[in-house]
Amino acid sequence: MSALTDLFHYWVFVVLLMIGFYGVMTRSNLMKKLLGLSIFQSAVFLLFISMGKVEGGTAPIVLDGNWDATFSNPLPQVLILTAIVVGISTLALGLALVVRIKEAYGRIDDIDAPEAES
Amino acid sequence: MIEILSIFLLCLTVITAVAVIRARSLFTAVMLMGIFSLLMAAAFLLLDAADVALTEAAVGAGISTVLMLSALALTASKERVEHVRFGVAVIVCTVLAGAIFYATFDKPPLGDPNAPVHQHVAPEFFSITREEIGIPNVVTAILGSFRGYDTLGEVIVVLTAGIGVLFLIGGTAPMGQVSPSSGDQTIRGLRHHQPLRVIAKWAIPFIMIFAFYVQFHGEYSPGGGFQAGALFAAAIILYGLIEGHRRSVQVIPPAVLRAMAAGGALLYGAVGVVTMLMGGNFLEYRVLHENSTTAQQMGIILIEAGVGITVAGVLLAIFHAFAARDRA
Repeated sequence: MSALTDLFHYWVFVVLLMIGFYGVMTRSNLMKKLLGLSIFQSAVFLLFISMGKVEGGTAPIVLDGNWDATFSNPLPQVLILTAIVVGISTLALGLALVVRIKEAYGRIDDIDAPEAES
Repeated sequence: MIEILSIFLLCLTVITAVAVIRARSLFTAVMLMGIFSLLMAAAFLLLDAADVALTEAAVGAGISTVLMLSALALTASKERVEHVRFGVAVIVCTVLAGAIFYATFDKPPLGDPNAPVHQHVAPEFFSITREEIGIPNVVTAILGSFRGYDTLGEVIVVLTAGIGVLFLIGGTAPMGQVSPSSGDQTIRGLRHHQPLRVIAKWAIPFIMIFAFYVQFHGEYSPGGGFQAGALFAAAIILYGLIEGHRRSVQVIPPAVLRAMAAGGALLYGAVGVVTMLMGGNFLEYRVLHENSTTAQQMGIILIEAGVGITVAGVLLAIFHAFAARDRA
């Protein structure tokens, strides 16, 4: 049991990272590429949060002045908390670019290929 | 038990991620992405990251889904079936996955208290928070005080991204560019759906109150400016979806939103300048009050307010930019 649970989170990180990366590489639809990037980004979040976990710990919020309890590491949580909000801002910027590309070229698939049918 | 639940949730996230990439309908993919974020939030909660889970649930599952749907309304809802050679991508992914997978065996097991990551600054953060800041939520203490410069930088990034979106789609669409699904929906919203209206009418005040609770109670419980800003924006966005975009603009006009976005960041920076004028370093809260604990708490509450105002302003301005584009 322990061999599985010890590293399972990191393996899921690897798998999610690759799913996102694969989506970014193979899909030519720009929305799909953004979704792939979001999955990629979530995988990194999972890696950081997993590293902060301490066995038997609780969320790093002190209850009833009990400072000696076991807490998980708050630092990765702070880094990821701000990263999530920055992530949505950059996602919105990407979506705005996609909207402009659609208006300029009339499509969001395969924009590298020369104008074929439209 | 927790381990099994954790493994179950992570398996679900992997399945959902595969489905997101495989789905041909972009609408399906975006909805699945919302589910993915919610599963991720639950996984974060099991890893003791309450603040992060709250943020991911509000931002990832809520606001980003709405933004992606509004972008879909302006572009296309179907992915064109294309013929891409998958071979190279598969090889690259397999090799890379193998390398990282191999590297994970050098990582300390999950939850190991002796892992290097827990040895350096984390214990110090706890002891200094206890002695000098005196607030129970250590995450907020680090966010607002120890890493105050970093958080200021993040707020500026959010503001910059918001400005970028407004530059790109803030104006009206070029003439003759009528988007496929524009029209009545965005102007009148979903007002004709009676059950939705009734539920929203009940839910919105509670979301608002929860947003303010998260803002002002963030020192004692999970929460803070980032989550509160996202929740506040979510309440207004829900109102906009139900009652139509025009009415939600009347609630908070775009000019006010732009002032909020800039004002919050300005408030944050001003706290730093004031501490300098009072003889300290930039964002050194110690000089704000004779009692150092009170001074730290004053500083954190002020900058958290700045963060909340900026995040709410930027997210709502972005939402309005997409919704107004659809109407054009």
